[in-house]
Amino acid sequence: MITTLQSKDLLGIETLSPEEIGLILDTAESMRAIGQREIKKVPALRGRMVVNLFFEASTRTRFSFETAEKWLSADSLNFAAKGSSVEKGESLLDTARNLQAMAPDLIVIRHGTPGVPHFLARNLKAGVVNAGDGAHEHPTQALLDAMTIRQRKGSFENLKVAIVGDIAHSRVVRSNIWCLTKLKAKVTLCAPPTLMPPGIEEMGVSATSDFEEALSGADVVMMLRVQIERGGKTAFPSSREYFARYGLTRGRLDLARPDAIVMHPGPMNRGVEISSEIADDADRSVILSQVANGVAVRMAVLYLLAGGNPQAWGDTPS
Amino acid sequence: MGGYPLVSRLLVRGGRVIDPATGRDGVADVLVEEGRFASIARGIDARDAAVLDAAGMLVFPGFIDLHVHLREPGFEYKESILSGAGAAAAGGFSAVCAMPNTDPVNDHRTVTRWIADRAREIGLARVYPIGAITKGMRGEELSEFGEMKEAGAVAVSDDGRWVANGSVMRRALEYARLFDLPVATHAEDETLSGRGAMNEGAVSTRLGLSAQPPEAESIAIARDLALCELAHGRLHVCHVSTARSVALVREAKARGVRVTAEVTPHHLFLTDEEVSLSAFSTATKVNPPLRSPRDAEALVEGILDGTIDAVATDHAPHHADEKAVDYESAPFGMVGLETAVALFHTRLVATGRVPIARMVELFSSGPARAFSLPGGRLAEGSDADLTIFDPAASTVIDPRSFRSRARNTPFAGVKVTGLAVSTVVGGREIYRRP
Repeated sequence: MITTLQSKDLLGIETLSPEEIGLILDTAESMRAIGQREIKKVPALRGRMVVNLFFEASTRTRFSFETAEKWLSADSLNFAAKGSSVEKGESLLDTARNLQAMAPDLIVIRHGTPGVPHFLARNLKAGVVNAGDGAHEHPTQALLDAMTIRQRKGSFENLKVAIVGDIAHSRVVRSNIWCLTKLKAKVTLCAPPTLMPPGIEEMGVSATSDFEEALSGADVVMMLRVQIERGGKTAFPSSREYFARYGLTRGRLDLARPDAIVMHPGPMNRGVEISSEIADDADRSVILSQVANGVAVRMAVLYLLAGGNPQAWGDTPS
Repeated sequence: MGGYPLVSRLLVRGGRVIDPATGRDGVADVLVEEGRFASIARGIDARDAAVLDAAGMLVFPGFIDLHVHLREPGFEYKESILSGAGAAAAGGFSAVCAMPNTDPVNDHRTVTRWIADRAREIGLARVYPIGAITKGMRGEELSEFGEMKEAGAVAVSDDGRWVANGSVMRRALEYARLFDLPVATHAEDETLSGRGAMNEGAVSTRLGLSAQPPEAESIAIARDLALCELAHGRLHVCHVSTARSVALVREAKARGVRVTAEVTPHHLFLTDEEVSLSAFSTATKVNPPLRSPRDAEALVEGILDGTIDAVATDHAPHHADEKAVDYESAPFGMVGLETAVALFHTRLVATGRVPIARMVELFSSGPARAFSLPGGRLAEGSDADLTIFDPAASTVIDPRSFRSRARNTPFAGVKVTGLAVSTVVGGREIYRRP
């Protein structure tokens, strides 16, 4: 059994081995207990500095990382692009060098363009955690999704996962494809043809525009946000028509297995990709577990990359 | 400044002379007198001539690059006529054609004349200016082709932008007939390409980058070929990069359309997978983008069957700072002058895929014919431009050694075999490999 990650960075799921994914998920499970304690703080990353570098608006991912950093006692610094030197035209390389001068241990970055975390990783000594790079990857999201699925379903082998929505513009889907296929789940993607990017089957998944077909027999139904702000809007004429064809309703969910769970990376567009009835159905929807697991997964990733002290939180990871 | 002194008689001795335009291929001496070829024969006795020993070397007509960006006037921080002409010489090119997207745009005889004069004053590789098709390259009003031609322009192009308005392009093709100027098209339907950062396909899907489909190019070429027929004009297709584009040019040539086409080394030797392999290196960002393996293979077939007339570099220097940004924000373009010949020889000639004579054609008589340029052949009485090439010399591409001011190449670290060792322009050696 492995106890460390290969790389100093977490840039994507693509380069992780199934064993590394397993290590992160196991570590996350033991981190979860910390959030249930009365005093939610362990000294695992005391004296380590984490910079949260968000070039793109984010609420839940940034809060999730910040919470994880606080619970691990890391010193964190928040950097938002709005009003920063970046907005004044500073080059990415200069930004990287200035950050390096502050000698952070880890940098958590979100950027609208694929590959920016890779650029920083090449140019910085600090470990880099990709918190979303354009439509490329969002590895901690896929890991928290995997953690949630594992809690409900036990294992991934031959599990049928349907991922539905704006496949073209989603970083969540790409990371989930890598993660789920590495863990041997069967992934079916579903989107209108205008939101299905060419050649996606080459990533080892099947693709369809038929929502009913995708849902039939599914163990997990993952609905994606239709990202209107990324140009998703030109791909279909109206939210109303989208919901009519691809919105998850009670009637449609009945096509999936009776114990199928419903996931969503948030933020949800109620009435566009998912009905409120399903979103709020506590028996089926695991959306709030995803959020809680997000903190645990991010703690695990930060801890493993920063090489924190395993004695620091009482019980060692299983 | 620049260059080596002119000697009145120069003897290039003992090389294998390959000149497809005259059908010559054999060991011979080349005698140059007063800047012109005086005689090409075996055992020339010219005791008072300066001698370039070419034993074991290949001697070609001076190589010509139809498509470079020298960035001067206006963007001298990227490249200048001096540094670009030096890079050309070091790459084995005795002449280059300079695209008009400078600042000011070369859309007027004063700019054309200035570029031509500046290049002559520098005295390295010849520089043939290309005038803009439209004023300011805005795609609206035609530039003064006639006056630009008198000032030295050899073609017109709005390279970097497609002339999207069909009527304007038609008029350009018609009007250019008056001066027998080729109209060189950058074929890209921007309503379809969206100026996407890479080729659309499985790789762009995996990487999540903005992407342009190959059809953005082939649709634009199809329109331009139709307009060329309608206008009875003369079209040159810049940087052909897709399989469908090659097929369209091939069909048009078979119909008798007056069209020529160029390909770049990067489209021949790299594919969109390079964006992934390099982990989003902005050195791989170029327009048209690196395509699929199938497209790259179709370009080689186009070379072999004569559909493609020339290899051109689309040498596009950028400052390091401009490329040290995220992939979507980075400018398109890569340098090519100092790597093109060596890469072509390494990948296609040394491997036996393309005969050496065909390579020489693609770098000399092919481009000369496409733009009706002097040179491209070793003919007695014509300007003595030649390239001496060592097919056995090898090196690892190191951008730090470039004479170009720019370093933006995706070929750094690649081993190549076959290098230009001497470049002669008008009987004067302007480059010798150190």
